[in-house]
Amino acid sequence: MPAGFPPHSTTASLPQHGDRGFPFAAAAAAAAGQAPPRPRPAAAMQFMLLFSRQGKLRLQKWYVPLSDKEKKKITRELVQTVLARKPKMCSFLEWRDLKIVYKRYASLYFCCAIEDQDNELITLEIIHRYVELLDKYFGSVCELDIIFNFEKAYFILDEFLLGGEVQETSKKNVLKAIEQADLLQEVSDPPTSASQSAGITGVSHRIQPIFMSLIGESKCREKSIG
Amino acid sequence: MVVPSLKLQDLIEEIRGAKTQAQEREVIQKECAHIRASFRDGDPVHRHRQLAKLLYVHMLGYPAHFGQMECLKLIASSRFTDKRVGYLGAMLLLDERHDAHLLITNSIKNDLSQGIQPVQGLALCTLSTMGSAEMCRDLAPEVEKLLLQPSPYVRKKAILTAVHMIRKVPELSSVFLPPCAQLLHERHHGILLGTITLITELCERSPAALRHFRKVQILRLLRILGRNHEESSETMNDLLAQVATNTDTSRNAGNAVLFETVLTIMDIRSAAGLRVLAVNILGRFLLNSDRNIRYVALTSLLRLVQSDHSAVQRHRPTVVECLRETDASLSRRALELSLALVNSSNVRAMMQELQAFLESCPPDLRADCASGILLAAERFAPTKRWHIDTILHVLTTAGTHVRDDAVANLTQLIGGAQELHAYSVRRLYNALAEDISQQPLVQVAAWCIGEYGDLLLAGNCEEIEPLQVDEEEVLALLEKVLQSHMSLPATRGYALTALMKLSTRLCGDNNRIRQVVSIYGSCLDVELQQRAVEYDTLFRKYDHMRAAILEKMPLVERDGPQADEEAKESKEAAQLSEAAPVPTEPQASQLLDLLDLLDGASGDVQHPPPLDPSPGGALIHLLDLPCVPPPPAPIPDLKVFEREGVQLNLSFIRPPENPALLLITVTATNFSEGDVTHFICQAAVPKAPLRLKLRLTYDHFHQSVQEIFEVNNLPVESWQ
Repeated sequence: MPAGFPPHSTTASLPQHGDRGFPFAAAAAAAAGQAPPRPRPAAAMQFMLLFSRQGKLRLQKWYVPLSDKEKKKITRELVQTVLARKPKMCSFLEWRDLKIVYKRYASLYFCCAIEDQDNELITLEIIHRYVELLDKYFGSVCELDIIFNFEKAYFILDEFLLGGEVQETSKKNVLKAIEQADLLQEVSDPPTSASQSAGITGVSHRIQPIFMSLIGESKCREKSIG
Repeated sequence: MVVPSLKLQDLIEEIRGAKTQAQEREVIQKECAHIRASFRDGDPVHRHRQLAKLLYVHMLGYPAHFGQMECLKLIASSRFTDKRVGYLGAMLLLDERHDAHLLITNSIKNDLSQGIQPVQGLALCTLSTMGSAEMCRDLAPEVEKLLLQPSPYVRKKAILTAVHMIRKVPELSSVFLPPCAQLLHERHHGILLGTITLITELCERSPAALRHFRKVQILRLLRILGRNHEESSETMNDLLAQVATNTDTSRNAGNAVLFETVLTIMDIRSAAGLRVLAVNILGRFLLNSDRNIRYVALTSLLRLVQSDHSAVQRHRPTVVECLRETDASLSRRALELSLALVNSSNVRAMMQELQAFLESCPPDLRADCASGILLAAERFAPTKRWHIDTILHVLTTAGTHVRDDAVANLTQLIGGAQELHAYSVRRLYNALAEDISQQPLVQVAAWCIGEYGDLLLAGNCEEIEPLQVDEEEVLALLEKVLQSHMSLPATRGYALTALMKLSTRLCGDNNRIRQVVSIYGSCLDVELQQRAVEYDTLFRKYDHMRAAILEKMPLVERDGPQADEEAKESKEAAQLSEAAPVPTEPQASQLLDLLDLLDGASGDVQHPPPLDPSPGGALIHLLDLPCVPPPPAPIPDLKVFEREGVQLNLSFIRPPENPALLLITVTATNFSEGDVTHFICQAAVPKAPLRLKLRLTYDHFHQSVQEIFEVNNLPVESWQ
């Protein structure tokens, strides 16, 4: 692996969304005299893939029924296509009959497939919100967190999206739900149980090199890459 | 089994520590064996840990099907940890193709009705991710109950699960429609969000549901509502305008809202003013520093350019700026949009920009750009001279990327513009002198020099600076083309014929030409050899006819596919046969006649043998109207190509008023379900014996297909 990654670029600044500021909270029929109604989010995300720069899959969430073989094929081809993109290219590409929205955060690619009528810009927001959630949960999240706690990454995603649609726009609510579920796990298990890992376990990073965290240059931890 | 099983994180570390693929496989296989054993033993305490490890291994691409049943057991367990991992496993390992998936229906039902909220959440999540149609039908009542439960956490999930269910089983719309009205009055964001989604889904599926929601003013919903509904669209106009002007665009989120507004405006029957507003928003997007925003703007403007052409025109300068983008997907969009914006008033300026783009654009855009420019030039050329200049420029810059008919088009164009013959030949001569590698350019130049060589040498032409060219230079250039390894055989043919024509146009003593012609009489290329031998014979035995034969070409009429096919013929066949396919012109038939005379045994079988060898006789024959030949027997159709549902048929007709003519119609049919796009069919007919060579290129089932084949089994009747 090449030593020393170039300084990554994510979004220029973290949008400071309050809990209610997320763009697609909807205002209902009582719209008169209130803030202008916001649009509904992108519908029918078909799948989301997370993979490293070497093409290793870190998370796969499929919202459409496909055979294992088809999933593998799609993953393989899409990973190749996205990895071949140059850094300055735009985040959208057309692939088969889908629109692909992708963004790289440090060493991880977040890649979503949406349908033709969907709004690409909102999908970028969705990806960013997911990264923010991970960051809040793991504290300065990096790829290793996703590797060693992959099931947590799924749980967080499942509190944010349901059936390919956004279910909760409030960061606070999502994280609260996860906390509660984690608590429930601890209560039902004695602490020696292996699958629980609420938050950071410093143990997992002992041997492996640490890569830069996914967001926030000020929060990055870099150790020498062995 | 006394050995304690590995913790999940330890396994991950071990896998990552493997130095080779083989080592990794070994570690994983060993662990999977343990996991399998553990499953067999039915150890309930560590089952979740084992499954979690299996899920990790599955993500790396290894088989994990033996964990499917364990998912069921874990889901059925009462421990929350078990359920959490079990449901995750179900989502990753089970799908509706496996019969096993139905087995979790019961567990889900129990969890939905009796579980605590987090458990209900897990069940709903799983159902909405992998629920098949049967599962959805079975569990609809449970989900419906949860829609009106007090807890917002569960309700929002239930709503979105309902969305999934409606997508799987549209009949369930009737179940989920009634609660919607109440749900809309909720304050909780998550619930509202889900409800909007649900309503949208309902409306998309059944127009009858629309009645209930006309007053709802949510943008995406508006789009669907307004799609074919005048009244709704009108109410929305003001609102959309308001949103468009009041949205803060300093962040991407604001731009996303604006973009959604634009999409909505585009989809509903909005007032003209609103559409202009949408176009202007997109125009502003084009100036945004964020590449992604520019991309969606270009894509959307392309959709609008047909319907709101003048509004989009106003942003033409910005669009043209985008041609300079470094990102290829952006510059491609900009190219498409720019070509769509060309009209008769801006054609000169646009062509300048596009030609500049052609010189520097990435190679995969060259062909599209070149053909776009040529098409636009054909439609909007202000003057013939400008047209010729434009084509010339394209041929010089991107000669290898132009379509095959560019040569024919240009020669046609030049031939028809008599006042520009001198100008054209001079420009082409200059271009050729600089570069003989671009084949289409070389072919056109050679043809021109051959036809109008006298004008080239004549001296001044007003429109270009005076150029003194002498005969030897011209001949030397043509010889250079002949000898160059870069020249295609067709190009050589052009050059040789041009040389031959010059023998009548120039004043010199033709020795040089005769020499070249006789040398090529032993050329290995059969086509060239044949020509050279013919020309040589012309010099030696039929010199008195040479001037007549090599006269200036009459203009070939371009009137439809037949002419096109014949124009293509000229590329491969002898150039003299360019005149051949128009036998109604007496002059041409005279040539034709003489060809028969010259060719002798290799006579063109396409032309009826009874033609009288003497010129006068042929003329009389053709003009001899009272002589009505018997109606020819109909020639059977011929299927010549079939691939994956795409078929090509030939049908033959001899028009009764002109039996010398054979009309071949090529019909292409697509019987398959997939669309065929970018279909190009080209035909070439070498002179003798009668053969037909076809070349097809098209896109089908997302693949590029190219086929070249010869039709050897033409029906016998077509030969006569």
